[in-house]
Amino acid sequence: MVFVTEFKLPPPDKNEIRRYIGGYGDAVEKIMQECLAEYEAVAQEYCKVCFCTLPVCINESCIDFSLFSVKSTDLAKNLCGCSRAVVFAATVGMGIDRLITKYSSVAPSKALVFQGIGAERTEALCNAFCLSQTDDGINLHSRFSPGYGDLPLELQSEIFRVLDCGRKIGLYLNGSLVMSPSKSVTAIMGIEEKHNRRNS
Amino acid sequence: MKLLDYLKTNIVYLDGGMGTLLQSKGLLPGEYPERWNISCPDDIISIHKAYLDAGANVVCSNTFGANLLKFDAEELESIICAAMDNARKAIQLSQHCGEKYVALDIGPSGKLLKPYGDMEFEDAVQLFAATVKLGVKYGADLIFIETFSDSLETKAALLAAKENSNLPVFVSNAYGEDGKLMTGASPEVMCAMLEGMGADAVGMNCSLGPDKLFDTALRMLECASVPIILKPNAGLPKSIDGKTVYDVTPQSFADTMKKLVEKGVRVAGGCCGTTPEYISALVSATESVAPKPVTDKNISVVTSYTKTAVFGKQPLLIGERINPTGKKRFKQALVENDISYILHEALAQQEKGVHILDVNVGIPDIDEKAMLESAVKELQAVTDLPLQIDTADPIAMEAALRVYNGKAMINSVNGKEESMEAVFPLVKKYGGVMVALTLDENGIPATVEGRVEIAKKILDRAQSYGISKKDIIFDTLAMTVSADETSPAVTLGALKIIREQLGCNTSLGVSNVSFGLPSRDAVNSTFFALALQNGLSAAIMNPYSDDMLKTYYSFRALSAMDKNCADYIAFASTLPQTAAVTNVQPHNTAQAEQKYGSELIKAIACGMKKDAGVITDELLKTRAPMEIISSEIIPALDLVGTGYEKKTVYLPQLLMSAEAAKSAFERIKVYMLSKGSAEESKKCDFVLATVHGDIHDIGKNIVRLLLENYGFNVHDLGKDVPPQTIVDKVVSIKAPLVGLSALMTTTVPAMEHTITLLRKDAPWCKIVVGGAVLTKEYAHNIGADKYAADAMETVRYAEKIAAE
Repeated sequence: MVFVTEFKLPPPDKNEIRRYIGGYGDAVEKIMQECLAEYEAVAQEYCKVCFCTLPVCINESCIDFSLFSVKSTDLAKNLCGCSRAVVFAATVGMGIDRLITKYSSVAPSKALVFQGIGAERTEALCNAFCLSQTDDGINLHSRFSPGYGDLPLELQSEIFRVLDCGRKIGLYLNGSLVMSPSKSVTAIMGIEEKHNRRNS
Repeated sequence: MKLLDYLKTNIVYLDGGMGTLLQSKGLLPGEYPERWNISCPDDIISIHKAYLDAGANVVCSNTFGANLLKFDAEELESIICAAMDNARKAIQLSQHCGEKYVALDIGPSGKLLKPYGDMEFEDAVQLFAATVKLGVKYGADLIFIETFSDSLETKAALLAAKENSNLPVFVSNAYGEDGKLMTGASPEVMCAMLEGMGADAVGMNCSLGPDKLFDTALRMLECASVPIILKPNAGLPKSIDGKTVYDVTPQSFADTMKKLVEKGVRVAGGCCGTTPEYISALVSATESVAPKPVTDKNISVVTSYTKTAVFGKQPLLIGERINPTGKKRFKQALVENDISYILHEALAQQEKGVHILDVNVGIPDIDEKAMLESAVKELQAVTDLPLQIDTADPIAMEAALRVYNGKAMINSVNGKEESMEAVFPLVKKYGGVMVALTLDENGIPATVEGRVEIAKKILDRAQSYGISKKDIIFDTLAMTVSADETSPAVTLGALKIIREQLGCNTSLGVSNVSFGLPSRDAVNSTFFALALQNGLSAAIMNPYSDDMLKTYYSFRALSAMDKNCADYIAFASTLPQTAAVTNVQPHNTAQAEQKYGSELIKAIACGMKKDAGVITDELLKTRAPMEIISSEIIPALDLVGTGYEKKTVYLPQLLMSAEAAKSAFERIKVYMLSKGSAEESKKCDFVLATVHGDIHDIGKNIVRLLLENYGFNVHDLGKDVPPQTIVDKVVSIKAPLVGLSALMTTTVPAMEHTITLLRKDAPWCKIVVGGAVLTKEYAHNIGADKYAADAMETVRYAEKIAAE
């Protein structure tokens, strides 16, 4: 069963945005302020994540999630010790894409800052979601996305099929496996039962 | 009884969730439920029957995702045939009395439309058309377009339904808790657009429970002149002890639905999580409620994808600047296909506070249809203001109306038979509010009565096409006062009668009145005030004129339209006498020259866009344009570019400097055009594109900006560009340089394919590539001449090739 949850994000972390855009100095601060103000006006109050929990069965580099399977040594390593995994898709919505499009032809410097804001917001959303999944009885492994290491980007199609992202959270995949809205993440996050670890 | 007749006097009940029930029968996540029509018809029939027995009048066929993206033509036909068959069988089996209908259910395509996705609007229309044709063939009673979360895709589906069937069409969208669709449309926007296109009922389904859709439903009831559909979820799914439970019970679902049926909802059912039990509770709770009649709200409104502009309450400003008439720089932009110039003009007018943007791109020797369609697509990607499609060419008008994301304003129709016959069918089909000029075959009447008569004729003819008067705005034609001193009185007299006696909204192209006179703003703004006093609903005007805006804001303050004069006060604070002086402070000069060599170099190096423009204007008074470029702008760019290469300047600063330089160049361009001098000499042609399948273009845009500043004649083909389009362009202008960008590993093959084609058809050109996934080695392997790690490296390479 696929679930949808919504998160209210904390205020943007300016240091993170500076890190993404690689810029410092008064002039950059000024446009960052302007961009943040403009973003606030269109930002969604709540951002959506859809997810489901699937069983994990690892055989060397083959990982079977029952609804789909994939071959990846890196992901198998990441999921070591996990009996289940959360597969999720998260998006901060279309507003930031509209701002990036608006400015990419008339003021690319602002488009760059909006890229940075979008990246920071997406990470904040993923962090909020991961925090919501933590529980005393389990160890959550770090999230792993298609395209990381040897995990093929083609896995995106499977994840979108299973999670029905378009209907659930308004997230779409194009023919080149690019997501729209662009400020979105899909990932797999292993769940390790704590007693398992003690036993092993 | 026919569905629409039944709906006139009854509440129509729809069925409930299908997916939820199929899941309980074993449907897996990711499995296509449509295939169950063939593999498990008994399950489908029993679900339909259970809903009919619970009191539903309409069963929605199990065809939500039945389209050619998911199934091939043969399978699609057998699925739709079986789905219709299953629904009919359920109707035969159900013992419940009451009218029963089969809806061809159409859900979204699962793809996002351009510009944010990769599906063309026309491809979406064709996709839905295939499903519609099969639904008609296999006997659907109506078409139910549901759960769409993008206004433009909804429009594509409704167009497909209208173009391929005569069946009633119900359209329902999935609104979020914020009362908007995923792509930003409000219920008011959707109502205006869908009603305008002839939807028989509109509304909302899915996403949330009835309580959380309550306010959205009320908003829709306020503005809709057609029946409202409400088909909510049983709340949100929760996992309790490993079982999925929806958090709204059948009884509480029915209780909330009853309140909304009492408020006027006329088509009611359930979506995800609802079962026959919910529909049964809904029917029992509401069957004694008398259906509230649907009334015409008579709202005269145009919309963008997210904003509405309503005529009649407050006067509206329509920005007239996207129009090449009398503007050399604009004409040049059109000839060069320089869309970014048009976008600049749009955003600048939006900043001035206009409510609607007029879009006219008609000049001789360009393909107006293609240009207007492309301008509309580009504009609606960057501005959220409604657009006024301004053209005399019905073919261009239709092309633009088709792709327009919302309900457009149309400029214009007039009392000539030929004009009405061309424009009315377009308004009827695509929706829209049209400006109707009070002239006909005999010209412009010289009397008030003559113009009012034409208005009446236009109203009558429009009504015969089924177009209501709320969708007509009359323009009584402002004539040049210097040619005939009595003409303003006629214009205003006709305006007043049309407003007060015919009850229609009005508009004027105000600026015409002062043609041939000095200090035109004074005449325009006074005429504007007189027109407003006589009932003007909208003015097509120049928003850069302070005099016009002064009249507008003070008129509103004086007419009880501006509470506490708040808008007037905010506007007044932007006027020159009180606003901060934007000119460069003279005392900076000496300092600037010390550190940077000149004020302009400083403005560019520090990324001060406005200052760079102002200083350039000053310099142009005494120095030659070419000299300013070579001794000021280029050295400034080099200073910043070198700093970037040495990593003492960061990317945002590099971009801000480039934008400042661009604004200096823009002033030089305008100056040179005004002097009639030849175009500035360009270094050489450079064709630039983000490759097929890739929609990331910020890097490419940065490269374009820098190349333009360094004097290259950049032909930016945009993003997601097919290989052949790039090759054709390179060959047609014999471009010596091509730049390709790709961000994703999955789109590098498209880059390689483009390079292969270029090598074959354009062996002379040098190819430079860049993008996040590329490396020097990778670039070499796919056959590029050069890998550029950043925009400056592209510039340096291009300069080297140009020098050779």
